Order: sequence, then structure tokens, then C-alpha cells
Amino acid sequence: MADTTGETPVQARCIGDTAIIYASDYLNKLSGERIERECKRQLESGCRALVINFRDTELVNSIGVSILMGVIDAAEQNTAQLIFSDVNSHTAKLFEMLGLTRLVSVAKDENEALALVAPQTNVAGSTS
Amino acid sequence: METNTQRLLHTFAALADLGQEIADTGDFEEMLRASFHLLLGSLAIRRGAVGEYDRERGELRLIAARGLGESPELVLPLASERARHLASLGSSLTLDEARSEAGNFLEDHKDAFASVEIDLLVPLVVRERLIGAVLLGEKATGEKFTEEDLQIVGALARHIGVGIHSHRLLEEVEHKAEENRRLYEGLRAIYKETVHAFAAAIDIKDRYTQGHSVRVGKYSEIIARELGWSDDAVEGIAIAGYLHDIGKLIVDLNVINSPERFNAKESKEMSRHPAAGYEILAPISHPYADIPLMARYHHERLDGNGYPDGLKGDEIPPGAKIVTLADSFDAMTTDRPYRKRLALVDVLADFRANTGTQFEPAVVCAFCRAFLKEIEGTSKEKRLMKLLGKNYEDVESVSPLLTQLISDLDGGAMAATASSH
Ligand SMILES: [Fe+2]
Repeated sequence: MADTTGETPVQARCIGDTAIIYASDYLNKLSGERIERECKRQLESGCRALVINFRDTELVNSIGVSILMGVIDAAEQNTAQLIFSDVNSHTAKLFEMLGLTRLVSVAKDENEALALVAPQTNVAGSTS
Repeated sequence: METNTQRLLHTFAALADLGQEIADTGDFEEMLRASFHLLLGSLAIRRGAVGEYDRERGELRLIAARGLGESPELVLPLASERARHLASLGSSLTLDEARSEAGNFLEDHKDAFASVEIDLLVPLVVRERLIGAVLLGEKATGEKFTEEDLQIVGALARHIGVGIHSHRLLEEVEHKAEENRRLYEGLRAIYKETVHAFAAAIDIKDRYTQGHSVRVGKYSEIIARELGWSDDAVEGIAIAGYLHDIGKLIVDLNVINSPERFNAKESKEMSRHPAAGYEILAPISHPYADIPLMARYHHERLDGNGYPDGLKGDEIPPGAKIVTLADSFDAMTTDRPYRKRLALVDVLADFRANTGTQFEPAVVCAFCRAFLKEIEGTSKEKRLMKLLGKNYEDVESVSPLLTQLISDLDGGAMAATASSH
């Protein structure tokens, strides 16, 4: 299913049934809803794990937090694993403070995130 | 950074962003969605909803919701006593009150929220009236809401309430403006009908000049359009043409219908009509500018020898100059009791002779241009030629005369006579 809103597509790639989605700087505006849509799309198409990469995200504001809560809900409903990677220290503190880290694993980078994905869902074969 | 400071900054930023979202009244739905995100994101609240209260129907209509189960019912009844009670609590209610209102609400709507936990209900109140309500569930931390949390939610809720309220006000204003516009257009239509009725009455009184007022209105319109006047001003000049002779309604009927040229006494009686017309039209508030003045001055001349005020040159309003030419053209091209209509060649000779003394050169020039365009077929409609009717057959033959007159007027050959104003 293509993104029907005519917006620039969210950058995403799949490794096995793990989808890596790049949060970029969309997250802090209403346009961040497209990240939530992309996550839901990946879950519907059978992804068992989502990695959200924050490498290009300087700051997460309240809209961003709310959108991430939507992603968390969607992952829970699909019993899929959710991992945040490449979170800067400021944002990491914010996630901690707001309790998001209780619901999501946080990884240093993509490799660590992929390693955290439960072995039975990682086609590439886990070394952990 | 200390956690408390960071928490404060995060919520402060939410409040600032919310202010911006609400100030940007572009799209109501987007404003609300963004506000709702800001509210949930400020404290990382996992579920909640914003509803707008419809006082007339006694309903809370959910506009945005998250995490409230598959399909929360969008419209929930809310009794007026409860609405009044919520309005009295306002957005600065205590934690206990917000909890107990959430409990009451869940109790009232068990079916809609079967397995959903809602911890707080915060009313949206503007000017002591309930605008809506915010329902909030669990936080991501899993901790219970604190008084401090409620203060943050209350501040954001007050903003959202004002946002909804001002949007609805704006809608109401737009609706009223639309209503007014329709009313105004209706009044204009009535006005125009009245004007037409008057024009007919004027022309019936003067049996030799039947249809004169309507034709003068239409000739004036053609000239004004050629001069590049705005649509509104063109409509106005047509009306002025219809009404220019309204003063004749109070001139002695016997004088008007006299089959001979007027004697001195009759002329004096007849010359009352422009000023009389002004007296009739002045007390009426017309939807177009200067209608009474155009009636008053349609017998003025550039050289100051006209009546009633003997105005000169630019003292005469431009509209009156147009009506003057249109009036003269129709007078010359229709039969009168004391003479037959003139040939077009003679009409144009009269124009040439009197431009600069009686007629404004630019007005004569515009009239000739409009006429020429019709003859040459470059204008879509042949309005002028239709108004002239069957009485004039060989209209095309005057086109060289028109061309010559235009070039003389444009080239300033007649500037000497035109410079009298
Ligand atoms: Fe007149």
C-alpha cells in the first residue's frame, strides 16, 4: 500500500521481518503522523520488529512524543518488538523521564538494535 | 540537565507550540489534532480524547481520540445539569474533582468505554460556558497523575478550549457575513427593480420620449465600460442614467407633453428638473456613489453655460459628463414632437461642434470608440446598434467619421476648445 497522502515518503528499509524506520525531523509536526502510518503499514505487512532510528533527529517535542506513543500502541497490539536506536543524550533523558523507556528498548545504534531483536524473528541470524 | 528542569522545559515548549497551533486558524481539524498530540505528548499520556460540547443537542462529540479501544462512540450524551456542573468546576479543578468526574463519566457511558481506564476528566470552559472536555488515561510511566500534572493539563486545556471557541466564533462570523451579503444582494435587486419602475414612470409621463431613461442608462453604461470603469461603477452609471430625468415627475405634465418647442416660461419650468431630481434622490441612500449629483448635473456644460449651477470643466462630476452625452445622443436619435430624428452624420457633426464646450472630449472619444468597435465587429455585442434600432440602416457608413473624430480628439486637434476647463 502506497502512502496516499502525496507526501515525501518516510525513509525505511527491511531486514528480514524487521523494519528500520528513520524518524528524521518529521516527528515534531503534524507531518510526524506519517511515521506512525509507515510503522502501521510495516506491521500490517507482517513485520515482527520495528527499529526507529533517531540519527537525524535533533530534538523530540510533545507532538513527537505523542506520535511515538501511537507507534508503541500499534506495536503492542501486533505483539511486535519496538526498539529505538541512535537516540541522542538529551532525547534519551526525555524518554526516560516520560517513561517511554519502560515500554521500548533503546539501542546505541542499528547493529545493537538488530542484535536486540528476538532471535526467532531475525532472519539474518542472531549472533547474540 | 536536572530532570525537573527538563520536564519543565518540555511542557513549557508544549504550551508555546500549542499557542502557535491555535493562533494559526487555517484548518480546525489540524489545529485540534496537533493540540491533542501536544496534550498527550507533554506528559506521555497513552490514551485520551478531546470532545466538543454541543449545548443544543446535549452531546459531547469526540474530535480526537487515542487508545480508547477499537471504535469509541463519537457522540456521547451529556445532560445539561452535568454540563453546568463541569462549567462551574472549570479547567482548574482539583485532582480529586477531575478523578471523580472521570468516574461519573465512565459510569454514564459504560458501553462506550467497556475496558478502558480513564483517570481524569478536565472540562474546557470559556466565559463560564462548557466548550468541551478532555478525557485522559494512563501515563507511560505507569504512575498516577499528580497535582502538578493536572496543572499542566489544565493550562493546555484552557488553550484548547479557547481555540475551539474562537474557531466556532469565526465560523459564526463568516456565516453572518454570508447572510449579510445575501441580504445586501437582495436589497440591491429590490433597489434595481425600483429604479426600473421609476424609469418607466418617468418615460410614461413624457410620452414623446418613451424608453429614453432606459436607453440613456444603457448608453452611459457602454461609455463608462469603454472608459475602463469598474463593474460596480458601471452599474452605478446605468442607474444614474435610468434616474437622470426623475425630476420630470414633478414638472408640469402639460409642459413636458407640449407638441411645440418650449416658450421661455415653459423652458424655465422644464429646467427645474435636474435640481428637482436631485432633491428626490438625495435623501435616498443609494448603493452606488453620486447618483443624485449625476441627475443634478446632466444639463451642465464644460463652458459653464449649463444649468442648474453653471459648473465648469472638472467641477462637473465625470459620471454627469457621461450621462450628458448619452442623454444628447438619445435625444438626437429619436423623433421629437417638433422635429424628426437626426441622421448619424449630423449627430456626429453636433458632437464635433460641441466637444470641449458642452461635451467632455474623453467621453465623446470613448463613445466613438465603442461605436466603431461595434461597426467593425471587434466587440462581442452590438448593444449600441440594437438601441438605435431599425431606424438607422446604413450605420457602417459613419465609420470613417468616427475614426476621424477619434483621431482629432486623441491628437489634440480639438484641444483648443477642450481647454476651456
Ligand atoms: Fe434631462
